[in-house]
Amino acid sequence: MTLVEVSEPRRSTQPGAAAGGPPGGLRSRVLGAVDLRRGGIVLPFIGLFVVLAVTSPPFLTKDNLLNIVDQQASTLIPAAAATLVLVSGGIDLSIGAVYALAGVAAAHFALVTSPWLAIALALLIGLAVGLVNGVVTTIFRVNALIATLATSYVVSGIAGLATGGNIITDFNRPAFADLARTSFLTVRTSTWVTLFVVLALGFLLARTTTGRYMYAAGGNAEAARLAGVRVHQVRIVAFALSGTAAALGGVIDASRVLSAQSSAGTTLAFTVLAGIVVGGTSILGGQGAVWRSVVGVLFIALVGNGFDLLGLDPLYEQIALGALLVLAVGLDAWTRLRRT
Amino acid sequence: MPEGQGGAHLELRAVSKRFGGVRALESVSIQVSAGSVHALVGENGAGKSTLGKIIGGVITPDSGEIVLLGRPVRFHSPREALAHRVATIAQELAIVPGLSAAENVYLGIEPRRRGVVRRRELRRRYRELCDAVGFGVPDSAPAGSMRTADQQKVEILRALARDAELLVLDEPSAALGPAEVERLHEMIRSLRARGRTVVLVSHFLREVLEVADEVTVLRDGRVVRSGPAAGESEGSLVQAMLGRPLEQTFPPRVTPSEGAPVVLSVRHLRAPGVEDVSLELRAGEIVALSGLVGSGRTELAEAIVGLRRSVSGSVEVAGSRLGRRSPRRLLSRGLAMIPESRKEQGLLLDRPVRENAVLSVLDELSRLSYVRRRAERRTATEALRRVDVRAANAGVAANALSGGNQQKLLFARVLLCEPEVLVADEPTRGVDVGARRAIYDLLTAFAAEGRGVLVISSDVEEVLGIASRILVMRSGRLVAELEGATATEQDVVAAALLDPEGLAGVAGMAS
Repeated sequence: MTLVEVSEPRRSTQPGAAAGGPPGGLRSRVLGAVDLRRGGIVLPFIGLFVVLAVTSPPFLTKDNLLNIVDQQASTLIPAAAATLVLVSGGIDLSIGAVYALAGVAAAHFALVTSPWLAIALALLIGLAVGLVNGVVTTIFRVNALIATLATSYVVSGIAGLATGGNIITDFNRPAFADLARTSFLTVRTSTWVTLFVVLALGFLLARTTTGRYMYAAGGNAEAARLAGVRVHQVRIVAFALSGTAAALGGVIDASRVLSAQSSAGTTLAFTVLAGIVVGGTSILGGQGAVWRSVVGVLFIALVGNGFDLLGLDPLYEQIALGALLVLAVGLDAWTRLRRT
Repeated sequence: MPEGQGGAHLELRAVSKRFGGVRALESVSIQVSAGSVHALVGENGAGKSTLGKIIGGVITPDSGEIVLLGRPVRFHSPREALAHRVATIAQELAIVPGLSAAENVYLGIEPRRRGVVRRRELRRRYRELCDAVGFGVPDSAPAGSMRTADQQKVEILRALARDAELLVLDEPSAALGPAEVERLHEMIRSLRARGRTVVLVSHFLREVLEVADEVTVLRDGRVVRSGPAAGESEGSLVQAMLGRPLEQTFPPRVTPSEGAPVVLSVRHLRAPGVEDVSLELRAGEIVALSGLVGSGRTELAEAIVGLRRSVSGSVEVAGSRLGRRSPRRLLSRGLAMIPESRKEQGLLLDRPVRENAVLSVLDELSRLSYVRRRAERRTATEALRRVDVRAANAGVAANALSGGNQQKLLFARVLLCEPEVLVADEPTRGVDVGARRAIYDLLTAFAAEGRGVLVISSDVEEVLGIASRILVMRSGRLVAELEGATATEQDVVAAALLDPEGLAGVAGMAS
């Protein structure tokens, strides 16, 4: 234990900090919001936003901005939920597979029953996969990376079997498109759903006991358990939410194009993880926030949108994204290093 | 340059070091005589570890001069220091668990021919080295399965195999049991007898007085005094470290009243590492579990609280028997535990102090799962004040607290659960002298409120100072029960060691 090293410089800080008294505490709380290290992606996001607004006239229009958000609905919703998984110390690679299966299931059931029931059934499937992920990674102690990779194969396989590899189309069931194509107060329903889910999950993580326990489980599972936290239960909840959210993403996209296929979403898990990590949530667990993932996902979306609007070669987009990802994770590792 | 006995092996002149805006060392000047054992003492935060690290090249000073055998040197890494025959044995041991002792010692400098390690030559050199320095470790087992003490020896041998003349030992006895500490001291004396210079960074003043020739006392990054150890006593060192005389080390001993009810009863408990242990703890009583490292103390505590699955036996808290045990169930039945390792089992280091304090009672501070933050704040503040945690504010990360304050933070957490029984595993490990008394006060106050306290401790003095009863363990069994008020250190150590074969068995279990 390097107790001595850690406490040495810090202990002597305290008189100084105490001398500042409550103003010091207040200042740090106020600054905390914009503290570069903790704020992470916020400043680059604002910077990129300003650059795009200045260089590309069509960028700063209500249509373009709403479009970006709406296009990201099926990434933002899973990202918000997967943030809870990461914070509680897990990782979910089955997002893409669940997204595809749920899309296929919703499209299929919408052919034979009411669209709302079809959507509910698809979400239940996502919930079930999430529960399996949660149980396998906690009670059976299988590493989350491996467990969710395994379920993603199984789930993909089921989706392929169910469709026989064909696209399911719902063009004769226009009611199924209500979820993604209708508008309320000039904003698309799917955007409203996204907003609701993101706010709800953000609230869950930041303000409820469950959220606190997620931070505890991810930060130090052993300590959390000794303090009486049901670590397994909390992680299962996170996985269940992640599965359900991935399913919702799949349903929204299926509803938008009135069709679904089992090969969709193959890279979704990685896009979602990239957004979360770029936002500043640690892949090691115990740290992060839903709003960060939202900013991270939108940041990546802005990069893409910028490439489109400015007419840059889209091949560079991937390179830029890769570099961003390494930068984000490197920054996380670096700040951890500096703190210990 | 001659390095005769008494000449300076190492001299620091006006060395200063800051971390960010914080002063860790301020113009420190000391002389370390060649062939001596030079101890660095001070409270946590006084700068003794920083000083040790500067000597070992782990940290580069901001200003000042380091003179080694008469020549000014500047180390930028432990590797450079080693090239000047200065080696550091850090608190965290750096052995390769899968390799044997000899392989670890010669790691990177293996005798080889065309890239192939000459194993026989390697073992021969290892034996020669062990003979030359007067101690060794059997080369049969992988280093990962050795006791901490042996792993430490491997590291010291490794430094010696690289011709180190000056060794910096950073808190070498922190993780050792009493008998192992004795052997460590022999080893240090043996190094000195062979002309090596040892810089010993240590918390343990008795150890310092026992083995050191010279001692430097640091306080707030400055040298209070530096000179021969002969004239020092524990009292004089503590006074120099704190800048004031230490109040009584232990609070008045608590004893349970006549006929106090039994709050914890363990019957015929068997678990891996625990052989048929029965014990009772009464309200208002502090019972200490003593014994060597690996004697089964921690295993027993873990079996009681359900961290370790027990094979048979029963545990009753306040008269009601507990079935399947888990920390959560036990908390709700009135048994709380302060684990051995604050950092690994106790705290959420990155989370605020406040969250750490209320973690176990968060459900009570919430409505429909929504955390009532005002109630949380009030409860946390109150609990932190009760145990006197000193933090800039309750919003800072637990990381930023000193060892003593982190420990108090854990007390705040368990006190909020209002348990009938508290099990505290090594409650003062890594806590400096000044804060220790505060922990003893907390334990005593807890017992005085009519609760039971089971303390597990390697520190025999501590056990004798606070416990009303002492249970000594060996090889997973309770082998002696002593009265805290009348027992002596000899009694406890004798019971812990008793027969030498038992010791060997215990040593094996430790790994």
